[in-house]
Amino acid sequence: MSAPAGPAIADGRALRWGRVLGRWETLLVVVLAAVVAAGGAALPQFLDINNLADSTFNFSEKALIALAMALLIIVREIDISVAAILALASVAMGYANTLGVPAAGLACIGIGTGACCGALNGFLVTRFGIPSIVVTIGTMSLYRGIALVVLGDQAYSHYPESFGDWGQGYAFGFVPREFLVMLAFVALFALVLHATTIGRRVYAIGSNPLAARFSGVDVDAYRLGLFILAGTMAGLAGVLLTGRIGSTRPNIALGWELEAITMVILGGVSIAGGAGTIGGVFLAVLTLGMITYALGLANVPGILMTIVIGALLLVTIAVPASLRIGRPARR
Amino acid sequence: MAPILTAQGVSKRFGGVRALHEMHLTAHAGEVLALIGENGAGKSTMVKILTGIFAPDAGEIAIDGRPLRFDTPLAAARAGITAVHQETVMFDQLSVAENIFMGHHPMARGWPRIDWPGMENRAAALFEQLEIDLSPAARVKDLSIAQRHFVEIARALSQQSKVVIMDEPSAALSRREIDELYRIVGRLKARGTAVIFISHKFDEIFAIADRYTVMRDGNFVGEGRVEDTTPQALISMMVGREVDQIYPKRAAAIGQAVLEVRDLSHPTEFDGISFQVRRGEILGFYGLIGAGRSEVMQALFGLSAVSRGEIRIDGSALTIRSPQDAIRSGIAYVPEDRQHEGAHLGMTIRENVTLPQLRRFGLFLLGKRRRELQIARSYCERLRLKAADFDQAVEELSGGNQQKVVLAKWLATKPKVIIVDEPTKGIDVGSKAAVHEFLGELVAQGLAVIMVSSELPEVLGLADRIVVMHRGRIRREFAAAEASSESVAAAAMGAAAC
Amino acid sequence: MLSMLRRREVQLGLIVVALACAVGFRAPVFLSARGLDSLFTDTAILVMMVLAQMLVILTRGVDLSVAANLALCGMLVARIGQFHPGVPLALLVPCAMFFGLVLGSINGLLIGFLRLPPIVVTLGAMSVFRGSIFVMSGGAWVSSHQMSPAFIDFPLQRLLGLPHLVWLAVGATLLAAYLTVYTRFGRELYAIGNHPVSARYVGIPIARRLFAVYAISGLVAGLCGYLWVARYAVAFTEIANGFELSVIAACVIGGVSIAGGVGTVAGAVLGALFLGVINNALPLLQISPFWESAITGAIILVAVVLNAREGPQPGRRILDAHAASESRAAAAGAEATVEP
Repeated sequence: MSAPAGPAIADGRALRWGRVLGRWETLLVVVLAAVVAAGGAALPQFLDINNLADSTFNFSEKALIALAMALLIIVREIDISVAAILALASVAMGYANTLGVPAAGLACIGIGTGACCGALNGFLVTRFGIPSIVVTIGTMSLYRGIALVVLGDQAYSHYPESFGDWGQGYAFGFVPREFLVMLAFVALFALVLHATTIGRRVYAIGSNPLAARFSGVDVDAYRLGLFILAGTMAGLAGVLLTGRIGSTRPNIALGWELEAITMVILGGVSIAGGAGTIGGVFLAVLTLGMITYALGLANVPGILMTIVIGALLLVTIAVPASLRIGRPARR
Repeated sequence: MAPILTAQGVSKRFGGVRALHEMHLTAHAGEVLALIGENGAGKSTMVKILTGIFAPDAGEIAIDGRPLRFDTPLAAARAGITAVHQETVMFDQLSVAENIFMGHHPMARGWPRIDWPGMENRAAALFEQLEIDLSPAARVKDLSIAQRHFVEIARALSQQSKVVIMDEPSAALSRREIDELYRIVGRLKARGTAVIFISHKFDEIFAIADRYTVMRDGNFVGEGRVEDTTPQALISMMVGREVDQIYPKRAAAIGQAVLEVRDLSHPTEFDGISFQVRRGEILGFYGLIGAGRSEVMQALFGLSAVSRGEIRIDGSALTIRSPQDAIRSGIAYVPEDRQHEGAHLGMTIRENVTLPQLRRFGLFLLGKRRRELQIARSYCERLRLKAADFDQAVEELSGGNQQKVVLAKWLATKPKVIIVDEPTKGIDVGSKAAVHEFLGELVAQGLAVIMVSSELPEVLGLADRIVVMHRGRIRREFAAAEASSESVAAAAMGAAAC
Repeated sequence: MLSMLRRREVQLGLIVVALACAVGFRAPVFLSARGLDSLFTDTAILVMMVLAQMLVILTRGVDLSVAANLALCGMLVARIGQFHPGVPLALLVPCAMFFGLVLGSINGLLIGFLRLPPIVVTLGAMSVFRGSIFVMSGGAWVSSHQMSPAFIDFPLQRLLGLPHLVWLAVGATLLAAYLTVYTRFGRELYAIGNHPVSARYVGIPIARRLFAVYAISGLVAGLCGYLWVARYAVAFTEIANGFELSVIAACVIGGVSIAGGVGTVAGAVLGALFLGVINNALPLLQISPFWESAITGAIILVAVVLNAREGPQPGRRILDAHAASESRAAAAGAEATVEP
């Protein structure tokens, strides 16, 4: 009467090379290796350890934003206002600086501003159910606008000496502190996303928000939290960036939201949600960083780099779609 | 009657799965052909091939003797085949008239433009022909499911279809709407249209079908005239074996009330709902689609807010404001659409099963894989899940197995009360018995089960007590012994207790 | 049904008028003939871009590359005009449109036929287009004295009292209205955005339609590229930077749902006018231009929040309008039949 029991179900699957090689992250490793090889061959200064170390300045702050953006995209949201949040945080710090707030306080203000901005984003998305792309288009204008109003056509500078310690400083002689901060956060995000219940729930929400809600996951709380996280990381990036360049101008971090999104998509995070790894994002950050570094050494103007990055983004999503290989995996 | 549509040797593979194998089918003008088979037999695939959504790997389809290739839905429609789907194919922001004519809006004479007034007139004429009372300007999102079906039929008519395929159209209809549907089918027959009718309900098949074709596992099994066969014969052709005991007899020890609901009310969905469920008992919640049963259950589970009312588990009053509260109080809810509302298709079996109780693992999942596997294994094996390994993505499993993963997930939370919404929907006849047996096992272990079902035989066969809802209120409650099909069905349609 | 449609657009229209009046109250020159003329002229390009973007958003898509497309085509024709001043306008304008069409078609191919996500594709395209301007120009500007008078004059030349720009915007509005109300093509866009699966079932060629809307979006961007550089008499790499966000914002304010399937030409145009009034009002009210971005952002947020409130209903309507007491009586009666 009852259906017969099937064959026993195995625990997990053996690690097969085919599976590993078919992953997006592997593709990225290959591309990264190719870029490094090409750069090293074509440009004599490429492989110089000090130059390489200094190249990390260009992407360390952006990577912080990309990490949080990755989580947002995994849960099917997006935040286009991150660069504007960074700008506002920087302006807030600049203003506080004119009031004589010490360096540590400035950092807190920067991070706190970011968190508040992120909270507003999250509130509008969860409370009113407005699509995040629309909300963050609005808040992007708002935050950048407030920054402009406060700044006028001036710039803030004369930050305290110690303020630039983390943005400009080195550890172990040649490794920029920023890079180490970035590595620390990469490790932290990887741990949270891949090895905690929080990360499991993040994937669940991205995979199927309705089913996640049915399973007892507080979807709105997670969304709000991730927007606050994105704002906080933008604020932190603002602290580091402002410390590094020592000034706050109206066009600070212009276009960084697109670079962050590019890093995330290139890293294999699907815009449809529910898939992607921190490892992939990290590899994408390094790959883009190395490409930018190589082009910089070759004296290619910055604006041309945007072509390369845009083209890279298009190619990386178009080629697999037309060949149907390298699908982004989750683990 | 001349055969209008003949399909011969139709085969179709999806990846490694063979969905159809040399299937053939003949539909005659002015006759109704019932296409019968279990879920997974390939009926939907066959319909999608006939309507041009999929292209067959092999086989020939001919209309009026002329072989045709359908590579797009448009081509099939031009050839005269249209379908009324189970999941209504509707544009809910657009008007009824536009839904009927989407893709072939009538154009006015003179400079090229859509003839809006003409379109509404033609829609109204179609409705008159079918004797349906609908306004062409109504927005589809305001229509009931039955009305949407009628719009789809009107669309089929508007395209001068020779063959109309209906995929379980009466699944969501009331008795009166079903009679209207039969009448419309009659009018289609009178016009000489061939109707292919997919249905699980034998009373329906024997009421309106002239011929039948039976499928099993993608293969053709048999065909003939309906008047020459019996339901038993059809079932054994469908299932390939004798299936007698679908509803297992149980002797369950029914204990104390574990869940008591008093005067539960919602501003728009239901009002004054009061009932109780006891340990070891299966409480059936019957009613027509749209009666509000799922809404009550979702409120019980914390998915929606109630305006007043009391919920008690084992005597203590609870405030349930979210699914987490409900889960913690021992309530589990297995939703109706298990694939879309219950399963995370991109995640693994193990991850799906442990999701509702992640809290028990603390914060870190490092090194907890063994424990997760233990839980997943014990519940999945009890449900006789067929899978390669627990790291398999749920989307790779068959529909029936996906549902088992969802069930396992909920059982793993060790609930006191488990609410199952349409437990055998989407599960084939052969496995229905297994699910019913399983529900019986659950109550034997002391769980209380609330079973929301729209299948009268299922409710009558399994439930110890039946609560019947109608338009958001409880109409009547029956004990198993005193319930009959007629009285339960009458209550579902709104008849008061007599 | 028509009255229901009008309600939302009427509301927006009234708000725009009220806003204009409020501004006019403080700065009467705003409502003068010259002021209104200036308003419509300044908003014309936005209106055209918004109409094209509306078609894209209707299909559940988005085109973030429009501003970069505009800038690239504008730079192209500016340079052609600079180095070949003999080329007539009648050739230059179609050239801009054609180039824009080609650029938009790249998007259309990737989104329509390869089914790639619009936001990612147009983001990448935006970068490529923007960078290409630099490649083409080497960073050099084309300024007014390198442009022929015919080139510069056309947008602002008057025909029957109104500048060509305004006529073009009016023409685009009429064309878009015709498309979305009277053609199968337009109605199919609504269907695709409303329910893509059903659209496929009824035989709508989705890939071709998507290709077409992105191509149209590119075409309009190309035309506006010429209009922009001619009107402002300058072309450089960063023109219209960020303009795509204004375009999308105007759509959203105008009631075009980002989820697809919903939106009207009237709403879109009103949304553009709304932003136009604000942009024009700021200098007249002597609000420093530094406030523009912040005010725009705040307004967008207010508009979408207000829009959202009309949205989802609290629950399905299952209960009839019977008195609740009737149900309690029935429940009491039902309880009496429950077995102990």
